[in-house]
Amino acid sequence: MRRNPTLRMLGVLLLLSLPLLLAGCSSALLDPKGQIGEEQRTLILTAFGLMQIVVVPVIVMTLLFAWRYRRSNRDATYAPDWAHSNKIEAVVWFIPMVIIAFLAVLTWYTSHSLDPHKSIVPNEDQQEPMEIQAVSLDWKWLFIYPEQGIATVNEVAFPEDTPVRFRVSSGSVMNAFFIPRLGSQIYAMAGMDNDVHLVADEPGVYDGRSTNYSGAGFSEMTFKAHVGTQEDFEAWVDKVRESSDSLNFPEEYYALAAPSRDNEIQYFSEVSPSLYEKILQSFHAGGNHAEHMAAVTGDGHGGGHGSDSESHGESMSAEAAE
Amino acid sequence: MATDTLSNHEGHAHEHDHHDTAGTKVFGFWVYLMSDLVIFGSLFATYAVLLRGTAGGPSGADIFDLPLILINTFLLLVSSFTYGMAVLSMNANRVNQVKAWLAATFLLGAGFIGLELYEFHHLIHLGFGPDRSAFLSAFFTLVGTHGLHVTFGLIWILVMLVQLQTKGLTDMTRPRIMCLSLFWHFLDIVWICVFSFVYLMGVL
Amino acid sequence: MLGKLSLEAIPYHEPIIMVVAIAIAIGGAFVVGALTYFKKWKWLWTEWLTSVDHKKLGIMYFIVALVMLIRGFADAIMMRTQLAMAAGGAEGYLPPHHYDQIFTAHGVIMIFFVAMPMVIGLMNLVVPLQIGARDVAFPFMNNLSFWLFAAGVILVNISLVVGEFAQTGWLAYAPLSGIDYSPGVGVDYWIWALQISGIGTTLTGINFFVTILKMRTKGMTLFRMPIFTWTSLCANILIIASFPILTATIALLTLDRYLGMHFFTNDFGGNMMMYVNLIWAWGHPEVYILILPAFGVFSEVIATFARKRLFGYGTMVWATVAITFLSFIVWLHHFFTMGAGANVNAFFGIATMIIAIPTGVKIFNWLFTMYRGRLEFTSPVLWTLGFIITFTLGGMTGVMLALPAANFVLHNSLFVIAHFHNVIIGGVVFGMLAGLTFWFPKAFGFKLDEKWGKRSFWCWIIGFYVAFMPLYVLSFFGAVRRMQSYENGDWQSWMIIAWVGAVIILCGIACTVIQFIVSIRDRKKNQDVTGDPWDGRTLEWSTSSPAPFYNFAHLPEVNDIDDFWDQKQRNGGKAPLSKPPYQDIHMPKDTWEGPLIGLFATIAGFALVWHIWWLAIVGGVATFAVFMARVFREDVDYYVPAAEVERIEREHQQRVEMQA
Repeated sequence: MRRNPTLRMLGVLLLLSLPLLLAGCSSALLDPKGQIGEEQRTLILTAFGLMQIVVVPVIVMTLLFAWRYRRSNRDATYAPDWAHSNKIEAVVWFIPMVIIAFLAVLTWYTSHSLDPHKSIVPNEDQQEPMEIQAVSLDWKWLFIYPEQGIATVNEVAFPEDTPVRFRVSSGSVMNAFFIPRLGSQIYAMAGMDNDVHLVADEPGVYDGRSTNYSGAGFSEMTFKAHVGTQEDFEAWVDKVRESSDSLNFPEEYYALAAPSRDNEIQYFSEVSPSLYEKILQSFHAGGNHAEHMAAVTGDGHGGGHGSDSESHGESMSAEAAE
Repeated sequence: MATDTLSNHEGHAHEHDHHDTAGTKVFGFWVYLMSDLVIFGSLFATYAVLLRGTAGGPSGADIFDLPLILINTFLLLVSSFTYGMAVLSMNANRVNQVKAWLAATFLLGAGFIGLELYEFHHLIHLGFGPDRSAFLSAFFTLVGTHGLHVTFGLIWILVMLVQLQTKGLTDMTRPRIMCLSLFWHFLDIVWICVFSFVYLMGVL
Repeated sequence: MLGKLSLEAIPYHEPIIMVVAIAIAIGGAFVVGALTYFKKWKWLWTEWLTSVDHKKLGIMYFIVALVMLIRGFADAIMMRTQLAMAAGGAEGYLPPHHYDQIFTAHGVIMIFFVAMPMVIGLMNLVVPLQIGARDVAFPFMNNLSFWLFAAGVILVNISLVVGEFAQTGWLAYAPLSGIDYSPGVGVDYWIWALQISGIGTTLTGINFFVTILKMRTKGMTLFRMPIFTWTSLCANILIIASFPILTATIALLTLDRYLGMHFFTNDFGGNMMMYVNLIWAWGHPEVYILILPAFGVFSEVIATFARKRLFGYGTMVWATVAITFLSFIVWLHHFFTMGAGANVNAFFGIATMIIAIPTGVKIFNWLFTMYRGRLEFTSPVLWTLGFIITFTLGGMTGVMLALPAANFVLHNSLFVIAHFHNVIIGGVVFGMLAGLTFWFPKAFGFKLDEKWGKRSFWCWIIGFYVAFMPLYVLSFFGAVRRMQSYENGDWQSWMIIAWVGAVIILCGIACTVIQFIVSIRDRKKNQDVTGDPWDGRTLEWSTSSPAPFYNFAHLPEVNDIDDFWDQKQRNGGKAPLSKPPYQDIHMPKDTWEGPLIGLFATIAGFALVWHIWWLAIVGGVATFAVFMARVFREDVDYYVPAAEVERIEREHQQRVEMQA
């Protein structure tokens, strides 16, 4: 697929310069399990290595000059009026410029090659990536499988080596969808249809979470991503289908969307058609989302809105968690 | 905010031979106007972003009453002219003329505010208040912020009329009249932008 | 009658808050008692609170900043303690409701009420002296700016005991900060505290911009200005151009929350992405408002203690100007993950990296100022050396974050936290503490104790590395910011190391406090008789310490950069003293209007937070009335008689001669 062997080589070399980080071999970003994450690791290490060209000399010069030209050292040259040198100024402008020019090229190249909206599937094969829709709610993740007609909460699964297109939106405030071992995160915003393309190279269970603070239940807004063979995935789909729960829009969806903390994993075998689009639409066309939610759940996220009851939002989440 | 800089008159308490006090005040006021321009810039940008956020409510073409706005524009433009006359009278040291022209400016400005309040009241009465849609929020806020500035300008004119009555044209009142002049013309320019970008382009 | 306010707003059930509140009450009672006992109220009012003297205002900004530093640091150590405990499913001791307020308050306090007043305080103290002026362009407005800032400080501190603070993060991203998702008064405290103090900051920006452009003494052309004045000028340009954006943004959020408008709501056509854009269009210049004056401090410190001209003055100025300009076209790098296209991300990424070039040049210029100098290892120099190394590392991680494709995995992680503490502690805090030590004698007439200053430095720098290097490591494990607890138990050991680092920084703060006590005790021994304790290079050292209220008996005339240094060289190493005849000096009178407007603005802000409409109107009308009183006041200035000037100057000269 899209790999750059020279960058990889450089990255491997630079990896050796990072004993501290290497010590943590469980590091998600330095031991990625997907192509996007691997390229990002290489990029981080390349940039890190390049900047050592300036960083190391600066640190050495700071210590060296400070010691050499200390007040008590009468052997060192003292030139109180020496304050200008075209040669030195040329060098100190030139070196950072060269490094930044190189990094700018790298930035341009990787911003395009690693653009989260860009499909991982090469254009030659007409294969479509698998689509999974992720919706951030207070405070849990809803995953919708439009092809399979199922949905889950706080658990997602897909086969290895299969490019996946996550369409990401929010039913509440802004969050960000992130599986560190696989690479790129993307913001989840109400009424906005965002997406990120990811792929997993190895089977495993990977941690995922919201990275953008979204309120009281943010810390537990995590999920597990199960990656296995195609058969494993199909078995998982069957397991979800065995559930008796359904997720219809609007009633059951808004009930689910009510704030809750540290949510259990949930499976829905039956889902409203184009649920994802309906959630997106709920924020458009002048519908008052908040009122709708309050009408269905009896108490929206903003329990205190309009009432003068609580000055502490604490009870809000506690009530909702019941 | 517009009035913050009214207070700068003591500003320069330094050597008269060395620094030009009135010049510093007017320059300071210029700088303030530039910062105010950034506020208007932010509001114009906001308006542009939210132009389509009508949420099923009316768009600009549905609600703008162009003849009314034309009268309003005319009032404000003439008031800039009358203010210019006030400054000319000040330069000629004719304090009564200054007062007369300031009073004329005040009446024109008050007429502008009156028509704007009528427009707002009318829209709210129709159910198209600023809480109806993002577009209307942006519209009311942009136009209202300008209106609020004009209102501050009116208060400032009143203050100047009182001070001209009690103190006449002095080292204290002259720079203030100059600053107010900048302020008033500035609001005129902002209004031209509001008129073109909001009303004309909204209707077209 | 009292709007949303009732006795329930006071968090009796939160022991931590109540203990703090009682401590503040006892401390406050102690101060009030002392003022009453020593009959110092009148002195406080006439000498300080109503003063328009830029030096006194600078000192007041710094005092408030140091007090708020302790408050902000208390928040920091509470967070670190929570995260050292709340691993593997443990809840720690702070529930989210409390923890979320703490990290929000920490950010708001440290940026707005610690870093900003330190920077503005230092500008107040130093800039007019450096340009040879007797005061700022608009002295009353300078006093008013301080009191508007103080109003913001008071509102934030009231929120600790009455009600709550925002639980939104320091920038209060919508729609979380909207009324639907944050119905409490926390965000309203955030709004009014920042709105009122922000207007004060804008006025300061205008004031110092005009001061620097219009009030320079004879011969002080732009390219003879000291670098600190240059960096202050650029910082003030940034204030004038960016703070109005903050004012507008907060106003729009206010309209959303109070009048049900839809700028940033999820529905009715609102656009929360616009909030993020607007707040960072202010927020990114803001970090340069903080760092540029710190760069200025380091430039002055390194040249003074290396006894050598600053290397590459012209380059330094142009690098500063370049950074000022670039800081306005990089804001999008704070949200690469929003999903803008690759071209947009690449543009902002590259623009961001370009800032590294002038910044790198500055660092080399400081290095070559030391080169062939005679560097004395005073504590300001230690802060500077610590800064060069720490800031270089912070700049490096900044460039890593500026790569959009790398940012996709580093964003929102502890990497970001480590990065900006790396540049803000290593840059702004070190710079302000260096500046404080450097200019302290000019403000008070005696030097700070060096031994405790150096101890403070070593605690801060070691503490910084111990506290924040683990966060870089944790970010590679996938740890994110603003977590109140985490499942992965493996992270805990790193969190405990970070906690130890915070404790070491606490020792650094304690050293600073001890430094003040020791220095005041030994003030006779450390007295600065000549007014030029460091063999300085710029005009502020040419007058006595503390500087007389009129700054200069004769306005100095300047022929070159470092003119004062040249004068001393021509005069056999001694500073020339002022000579009679003296003239009457025209000075501004003190103002009672400033503190009163601050008071009424605080009342109005508090009333608006709690929806006590009648009180808000009373506060607003009172503010306006005081302002009108100012507008109609005519006795705003006076002349210091030449005889008085001569007496003050002679006293100073006698002290200098006695010492000699």
